[in-house]
Amino acid sequence: MWESLDSWIAATGAVAASACALPGCFLLLRRQSLTGDAISHAALPGIVLAFLAAQMARQAGWLSDAGYEASRQLFLLAGAVVLGVGCAVGSEWVQRRGGVEPSAALGVVFITLFAVGLVLLRLIADQVDLDPDCVLYGTLENSVLDTVPLGSLVVPRALLRHLALFLLNLVLIGLFFKELRIASFDPGLANAMGIPAWLMHYLLMTMTAFTAVSVFESVGSILVIAMLIVPAATAYLLTDRLVVMLVLAALLAAASAWLGHAAALFVPRLVFPWLGYPQVTDASTSGMMAVVAGALLVAALLAGPRYGWVAQFLRRRRLATRIATEDLLAWLYRNAERGQALLPLESGRISQVTGMSRTRVRRAVGQLVRRRWIERTPDGLRLTAAGHTAAVNLVRAHRLWESFLAERLDVPAARLHESAERIEHYLDSQMLDELEAELQLPERDPHGSLIPRQARDE
Amino acid sequence: MNAENGSGKESASPLVIRDLTVAYHRKPVIWDIDYEAPAGRLIAIVGPNGAGKSTLLAACLDLVPRVSGEILVFGQPFRRQRGRVGYVPQRESVDWDFPVSALDVVAMGLYRRIGWCRPVTARYRKLALEALDRVGMAHLAHRQIRQLSGGQQQRVFLARALVQEADLYLMDEPFAGVDAATERAIVELLRNMRAAGKTVLAVHHDLQTVAEYFDDVVLLNMRLIAAGPVEQVFTIDNLRRTYGGKLALLDRVGHRMSMDVQLER
Repeated sequence: MWESLDSWIAATGAVAASACALPGCFLLLRRQSLTGDAISHAALPGIVLAFLAAQMARQAGWLSDAGYEASRQLFLLAGAVVLGVGCAVGSEWVQRRGGVEPSAALGVVFITLFAVGLVLLRLIADQVDLDPDCVLYGTLENSVLDTVPLGSLVVPRALLRHLALFLLNLVLIGLFFKELRIASFDPGLANAMGIPAWLMHYLLMTMTAFTAVSVFESVGSILVIAMLIVPAATAYLLTDRLVVMLVLAALLAAASAWLGHAAALFVPRLVFPWLGYPQVTDASTSGMMAVVAGALLVAALLAGPRYGWVAQFLRRRRLATRIATEDLLAWLYRNAERGQALLPLESGRISQVTGMSRTRVRRAVGQLVRRRWIERTPDGLRLTAAGHTAAVNLVRAHRLWESFLAERLDVPAARLHESAERIEHYLDSQMLDELEAELQLPERDPHGSLIPRQARDE
Repeated sequence: MNAENGSGKESASPLVIRDLTVAYHRKPVIWDIDYEAPAGRLIAIVGPNGAGKSTLLAACLDLVPRVSGEILVFGQPFRRQRGRVGYVPQRESVDWDFPVSALDVVAMGLYRRIGWCRPVTARYRKLALEALDRVGMAHLAHRQIRQLSGGQQQRVFLARALVQEADLYLMDEPFAGVDAATERAIVELLRNMRAAGKTVLAVHHDLQTVAEYFDDVVLLNMRLIAAGPVEQVFTIDNLRRTYGGKLALLDRVGHRMSMDVQLER
């Protein structure tokens, strides 16, 4: 069941995730998502080396035991930041010297550093209390046990540390908001105006390294990567404004933490007995946070207002319906030209003649009737006056485009119709006027049909 | 605010390039450029692809390192005159999916004046909106920039240059890929700028319109072929020399040199 300790775990995770999401937004926009990944990996040897340095300092007597305890955290931070930023600098150097692609250079550098870190970690793991698993996956569940009293509350130390980090990131991004924005959007102009883009680049790299290493103890270096990029990517799908994106990313990251912890508590108990493993009763919170963040991203992909698949599907269907109604309208007009003003009512026969599917015909007829462009009479379908106007403009577009293709682009007569069938739906009246002027008011199209003059609905 | 601390060099040319050579990391090379831009004129930079037109602009803005040479903006090095130079980069040089509105982009032209770490306040947003209005885009101020057409994006860039209130403008292909209406709008804008005493250097691709839109022309093909008033310099003979193929030897030497410059860095 959800206890007060669970709230503290979720809150600590939420603040850590939000702190990651802020620099993550800029990494994503600068197409440096991999850099965040690389920096958090490269920080590993920095942490180990700093740890060794601190130990050596203690053994040599430069640091008292109390001083060691107090400064250990600072040592680790410094080591990680130095190597994290070093990774960014080093990969740029490899890129320039080796003439290789940026992502390849980055890959070479950070994998090497990470490997060195792992080897060092294995070598010293037996003698010291630095646990590889803890580095990779974090120990969110345990980290909240270390608490400090704060007024009437007893607050996990990790929560306060992450809160300080979040505020630091917030202040830095707030202060340098416009400089980061211009350096990310248009580094050339930024440089020309005296806002050095490289400085902003390294500010962001330092922030990323600092953030990654500050939270890795709680959530693990693997989850850091997820929290840097995934909430930012989700927010990017949902908005067109940078400020909103930053706020959304932080909120989504926090939501991932709360939902992730809840899922870690309740989902395994529901799922695993059913799979035949009743002994599994919970899952790692940081793992579930990443899963939830991923699920939110998928949800945004599906349901996002502008780029979501659902919205796109609806838009595409609306376009298909529009094209079907217009085709039907033009077809009615051509029949009327041939003296056949009334058309069969059954969609089956229309479908046979026009080649549209039955459902599409039915939807198109419904649409046209609703708009009062055609009317149903006992004997069949008939164009109304308004429908006639609309149809004239369509047929005009079709025939003008055919004339244009034939005359200006020398397209053979047999291929004109197909192209015009498509283009007629996209020509507005201004383009038609231009076409007409360009072709000097043609009378007939290449097939010999009369091109109707523009009809306006009065 | 632009009359820099009375250095007494107001009579200096907006842009003086002396003996400029640039060879940098696969960018086109330019050699021994000597040029002095006359004030208050619209100047086209014309030359074939790979002639180093954009590189020349970048060198004037200290965006690429120089092998040799000197560039003076109103009599002083560029870094002391940043506020007097406006830059319009190529439209393709930025990511138009970036989550900013047209107004946000225009306001970027004011960042230098606003100063480090200060927010873009309502006063500056109003200035940006006025600039957008001057290019006929005020009604689209809050559109995300991806939703603008190519011509509209170019106008946003020009509005951003306008708010900089510079005296010398460097523009990289302002007419590339714009519609006819935007082209006319840009030409009118350039003429207004000239009337206000500004100097504009623009990389231009359409040879047909050089004489119509510009007063002066700089013919460039890795080296300066000719420069001066359009009616004197923009001749068939000079054009043939400009477009008569790149000099293969210059290209090869330049390539080798750019490698060395990289090593020296």
